[in-house]
Amino acid sequence: MNFPILSSLILLPSIGALFLFFTKSDKKNNFTGKYVALFTSAVNFFLSIYLWILFDPTTSEFQFVEERIWIKDLINYKVGVDGISILFILLTTFITPLCIISVNNSIKERLSEFLIAVLIMESFMIGVFCSLDLVIFYLFFEAGLIPMFLIIGIWGGARRVYSAFKFFLYTLLGSVLMLVAIITIYWLNGTTDVVELYNSGIDIKYQNLLWLAFFSSFAVKTPMWPVHTWLPDAHVEAPTAGSVLLAAILLKMAGYGFIRFSLGLFPAASEIFTPLIYTLSVIAIIFTSFIALMQEDMKKLIAYSSVAHMGYVTLGIFTIQQQGIEGSIIQMISHGLVSAALFLCVGVVYDRMHSRLINTYGGIVSIIPKYSILFMLFTLAALGLPGTSGFVGEFLILMGAFKDNFLVAVIASLGVIIGAAYMLWLYKRVVFGKLINTDLKQMFDLNRSELFILSCLAVPTLFFGFYPDPLINTIEVSISDLIDQYNFKLASKI
Amino acid sequence: MENLQLVLPEIFLSLSIMFLLILGVFKKNSSRLVQSLSLAVLIVTAVITFNETIGINETKLFNNSIVIDYLSSLMKIITLLAAFLVLIISSNYLKTFQIFKIEYPILILSSVLGMMVMINSNDLIIFYMGLELQSLALYVLATFNRDQIKSSEAGLKYFVLSALSSGLLLYGCSLIYGFSGSTNFNVIADQLNSNEYALTFGIVFILVGLAFKISAVPFHMWAPDVYEGSPTSVTLFFTMVPKIAALTVFIRFLYVPFLNLIDQWQMILIFLSIASMLFGAIAAIGQTNLKRLVAYSSIGHVGYALAGVAAGTNDGIQSSVIYITIYILMNLGLFSCLLMLKRDNNYYEKIDDLSGLSKNHPMLALSLLIILFSLAGIPPLAGFFAKFYVFKAVIEQSMYFLAIVGLLSTVVAAFYYLRLIKIMYFDEQKEKYDTDHGFWLKFSLTASTLLILIYFIFPSQLIEVVSRINII
Repeated sequence: MNFPILSSLILLPSIGALFLFFTKSDKKNNFTGKYVALFTSAVNFFLSIYLWILFDPTTSEFQFVEERIWIKDLINYKVGVDGISILFILLTTFITPLCIISVNNSIKERLSEFLIAVLIMESFMIGVFCSLDLVIFYLFFEAGLIPMFLIIGIWGGARRVYSAFKFFLYTLLGSVLMLVAIITIYWLNGTTDVVELYNSGIDIKYQNLLWLAFFSSFAVKTPMWPVHTWLPDAHVEAPTAGSVLLAAILLKMAGYGFIRFSLGLFPAASEIFTPLIYTLSVIAIIFTSFIALMQEDMKKLIAYSSVAHMGYVTLGIFTIQQQGIEGSIIQMISHGLVSAALFLCVGVVYDRMHSRLINTYGGIVSIIPKYSILFMLFTLAALGLPGTSGFVGEFLILMGAFKDNFLVAVIASLGVIIGAAYMLWLYKRVVFGKLINTDLKQMFDLNRSELFILSCLAVPTLFFGFYPDPLINTIEVSISDLIDQYNFKLASKI
Repeated sequence: MENLQLVLPEIFLSLSIMFLLILGVFKKNSSRLVQSLSLAVLIVTAVITFNETIGINETKLFNNSIVIDYLSSLMKIITLLAAFLVLIISSNYLKTFQIFKIEYPILILSSVLGMMVMINSNDLIIFYMGLELQSLALYVLATFNRDQIKSSEAGLKYFVLSALSSGLLLYGCSLIYGFSGSTNFNVIADQLNSNEYALTFGIVFILVGLAFKISAVPFHMWAPDVYEGSPTSVTLFFTMVPKIAALTVFIRFLYVPFLNLIDQWQMILIFLSIASMLFGAIAAIGQTNLKRLVAYSSIGHVGYALAGVAAGTNDGIQSSVIYITIYILMNLGLFSCLLMLKRDNNYYEKIDDLSGLSKNHPMLALSLLIILFSLAGIPPLAGFFAKFYVFKAVIEQSMYFLAIVGLLSTVVAAFYYLRLIKIMYFDEQKEKYDTDHGFWLKFSLTASTLLILIYFIFPSQLIEVVSRINII
């Protein structure tokens, strides 16, 4: 392996951004700017597909590892992927080009700056998913705040300043404790290399505090109840493409972090804190589902549903069962596709009517039928109908949960029903019913780019719903190995 | 015969100051000439320092009252370069206010000389001499725009409070002399009897004096007023250059004579550090004047630099030096931006004047954005690494409380940096500013921004430079 494929994945979007930066931005050039961005992100997508093809799913070793001296005697730049991280990289490279296509309708000013922010964001997110050093991970994890802050703040809605600040400060507050924990780990073990730390384990005396420090960061980012309140604000105010990035990829960084670091590095502490995670997850599932039921703003409703879905994810991860963790990863991928699509669906009607309120709409099925069909598909995927990827994830998670804790699993299953209620009710109020608001008659159906984006998202949603094997094959070995390691460390008290 | 070559930089600098003074007095309208010559002098001094002293082992001169080692050479070079940059970007500002006079570069040179003496000092008397030389020059610099009431007020305030702190410092020196029988750092270290509480009193008094000079809480009260009132170019000088020298003295004073009393002074330093970090972060939130805001932000940053000193290890000292170096770089960029907010011969310094800057001056706003995120300590910018090294050193000593408070106060501090970014990027645009800035101003802004931005690619270089600092 000579070609540094992972570093190219990280660098390519930034290079594209640099190109855009030096392109003059008048009206005409904005157009070329968009193609530059689209081209870079598409190349990145194909590169990641190539990575997936080369990827060997029969081993849990890290592959495509690159290691370079970065800060001498302190930190090495080390990247690599295993079955757990590769899917997230694919998700990132898949969603970003769709985001870039979608800016056509929603971003009216400073387009090239927006695209630069999106591309730089892509670089950072890929970096998060393939870094094999805690400091590098932290670097990418935090750096993502800068472009997202700008995306919400510059191109957002009316309360954008409030939301951007809330987003930034909440996440930063969570993360600084993680930095303390990372430095402590360095002090304890003399390295921040994840692979070495996996092998050597971390002193059991410190695990609880370290786990809590990591948890504070991931809980905010996931977001878990009760620190989820930044998410609805951020989603509502962010432009459509921003919401998509936020929901589809940013939230997954924390789920990934839980699997990679909380389970991998602190098994003893994870065992102790599992009840905490269960409680918070169940509250998130039930409580935020009820909140979602009462929302009048479509984006807010989907944002709350994201919190509920991420509740399933954290629940699944901490079952420490093969099915549970597999389910969590598939749920995250599926949620990445579906919530992205739902935010885009909201974006479509918002671009036409400039309202996100549910009661503005009603009875649009006969006016924009294509939209209604796709919207229905994603609604059903969000509530986990069999045949969609949402079902596979939720089913596996609940199966894992039943193995581990019956009561939690029962309550979480009830959440599925509320989930179905709010999604179907949303769909009913927006699409069906009498056409009262006559302005709606001027709406036109999906244009070509919108249709393209939504179909791109619909295909994998359905495909992985019927045939989740490619996903499961990729992650299976890595996860079973992770669980073996976990149980081994737990038994031998490291 | 002492090896005079080692103090050649100081000798050269003092002779040049006298020469420039005479030149300035006898030749009419020579301010431009004096300015250029001063720049040359600073560079030449830096080169001499680099050539003569950077490689040598620790050497003491003049009855051990002066020490030349790697730390002093490095800090002198940083001081000289920082002074050079300040001088070079302030000329436009001075011309606008018609205070582009020969005294300005000469005063800066004299205060730099004072700082170099401070950095070299291995003796309380030498140290005090250097301190007063730099302070006297700084008083005059603060009032340099003497037609403005605010500037005169700033100078007077600075003078009165600084004199008070010098008094405390001298009192501390006399206590230490009385109980150890010497003013020499090494002799004090030998004579040290840790049961002698008066010595601790002496340390406290000197620490108070030093804390005043670097504006650490609770001895910071002068900073916001003086920073606001002084001409912006002088404020830039205040925020950067004297801090380097004061930090060096902090390190030298605590680690050479009083290393054995570390239990006594460590608590004081931790308190100074935590108080500065928290106060700097919280008090800056309510500010509406950019220079005042920078004053509070610099109070906060001094807190982080002191955290490294408080760690009590070589690692901690090195991280402090890295911190102050990166801080200087960020401040240079920040002030280059401030000096660019000029319209019709008027400089704007309210934070609302940044409103909508990103639309009128996208490049300026982008640079300021990068600098502000770096000041807030967000990776991958240089400011993050500065904090990272400091907290690494602190956590290695198991000082978790200091580390956690420090990092939490970065979150509070992030708020006011973000507010500036918000005003630049999210608010409505106002009138445009002038764009005909001098080459050097543009250069310093571009260079500092780029260095901050790409620091993460070459982080080892700076570490290598400081890793030879070895005090303990």
